Amino acid sequence: MKYVDEFRDPVLAKSLVREINELVEAIEFTRQRPIQIMEFCGGHTHTIFRYGIEQLLPKCIELVHGPGCPVCVLPMGRVDDCVSLAQRPEVIMTTFGDAMRVPGSKKSLLQAKADGADVRMVYSPLDALRLAHQNKNREVIFFALGFETTMPSTALTVLQAEADGVDNFSLFCNHITTVPIMNALLETPGMQLDGFVAPGHVSMVVGEKPFHFVAEKYKKPIVITGFEPLDILQSIWLVIKQIAEQRAEVENQYARVVASSGNLPALEAMDRVFELREFFEWRGLGTIEHSGIKIQNDYARFDAERKFPVPNVKIADPKSCQCGDVLKGVIKPWQCKVFAGSCTPETPMGALMVSSEGACAAYYNFGSLPELMALKLARQNQEALP
Amino acid sequence: MCLGIPGQIIEIVDQEKNLAKVAISGIKREVNITCIVDEDHPVDSCVGEWVLIHVGFAMSRIDEDEAKKTLELLHELGEAQSELDSMAREPVL
Ligand code: SF4
Repeated sequence: MKYVDEFRDPVLAKSLVREINELVEAIEFTRQRPIQIMEFCGGHTHTIFRYGIEQLLPKCIELVHGPGCPVCVLPMGRVDDCVSLAQRPEVIMTTFGDAMRVPGSKKSLLQAKADGADVRMVYSPLDALRLAHQNKNREVIFFALGFETTMPSTALTVLQAEADGVDNFSLFCNHITTVPIMNALLETPGMQLDGFVAPGHVSMVVGEKPFHFVAEKYKKPIVITGFEPLDILQSIWLVIKQIAEQRAEVENQYARVVASSGNLPALEAMDRVFELREFFEWRGLGTIEHSGIKIQNDYARFDAERKFPVPNVKIADPKSCQCGDVLKGVIKPWQCKVFAGSCTPETPMGALMVSSEGACAAYYNFGSLPELMALKLARQNQEALP
Repeated sequence: MCLGIPGQIIEIVDQEKNLAKVAISGIKREVNITCIVDEDHPVDSCVGEWVLIHVGFAMSRIDEDEAKKTLELLHELGEAQSELDSMAREPVL
């Protein structure tokens, strides 16, 4: 247990690890196959790697790193569309720092900026709105992305723009919603997930109810979880306990932040401004029904896709990219052919290398050395073959 | 973007627009507090409270202890600094 002393309460961490070990002993199926638990959220992935949580767990527990990093799952075509909007002379494109680096098929927003497009990094959509006030003769577009955690902020910004009577502000809306993607993962043939560590801050907005289907329809345990390493360890223990006791429920480990009914003012604002898209494309995962969010008709004048022609580019992911398989838990990041070779955080080929919350970048930065060494050796051996 | 950062509300800037000033590790910033006000928690009552802030919006009330722990975690993950830098930055680069 090389990392346990770093936990804020090492004694509790040790006892959780001990109890997890005892519980898995009693779970019959671990003799045939490992227990797979998916942490959905990229924030959790980051913590898991930083604290080496996987190494603390018994070998028969595998953590599958889910698609909950919004910049990672953004398809290249959407980045291309955004670049095309950004290149319009009247447009000031604004977005979060992370989103600037996502590769499109030709360039990222950062490269578009270097080539002369007016792209600005903002901390909040409210800053973008402020820019619109300050630049009346320009159109300020906010490249909105993220799951339910960031959706309230864009919805409330649109409502504020309406109240302010601003007509040179719009969203290029790429919000995505958690439940349909979980559903799609659970429906994937061959997928063998046994339980979920559910995203804490998405839940803070949506509450517990949207996750009930995981327990009720798919009979999988799901635990809403905070971001401390101890939170994650405790949730894994709760998931394992449910499996051992053959229960499947929604439990809330993060009740200190997540109210069971979610955040009502946030939900109300989202409900007013947004509606579901029929389909939305995910990088590495394909097109998923009702998984994307667009702006309601009532607020069409704040929708960049209706204000301007958008090329609507469709680009297949490069063949050598295996982001989809990593997201589904079919392979580990280091098993991807281009991992650490042509795909690194400095030169990401796939989306999972872009942000520190992506599974591949997390592995690259914090992955256990033995695995990486083994990988290197295997590659060398392969190359040595005639 | 998804982890948020804790801050303490130090003053109300605009009652009508639900804008408040928060202090976050020495940085002061305006945030929107719509999501944490309701009948039981009117705007005025928020001064002094600790909140979790996501991209300029206070999303949840937290206690001071939780705020401290979260901030430590963000520092350990190496995310606090970039978050603070982007908060401090004016959007006019
Ligand atoms: S190494 Fe790169 S291409 Fe391969 S799965 Fe990871 S991000 Fe995708």
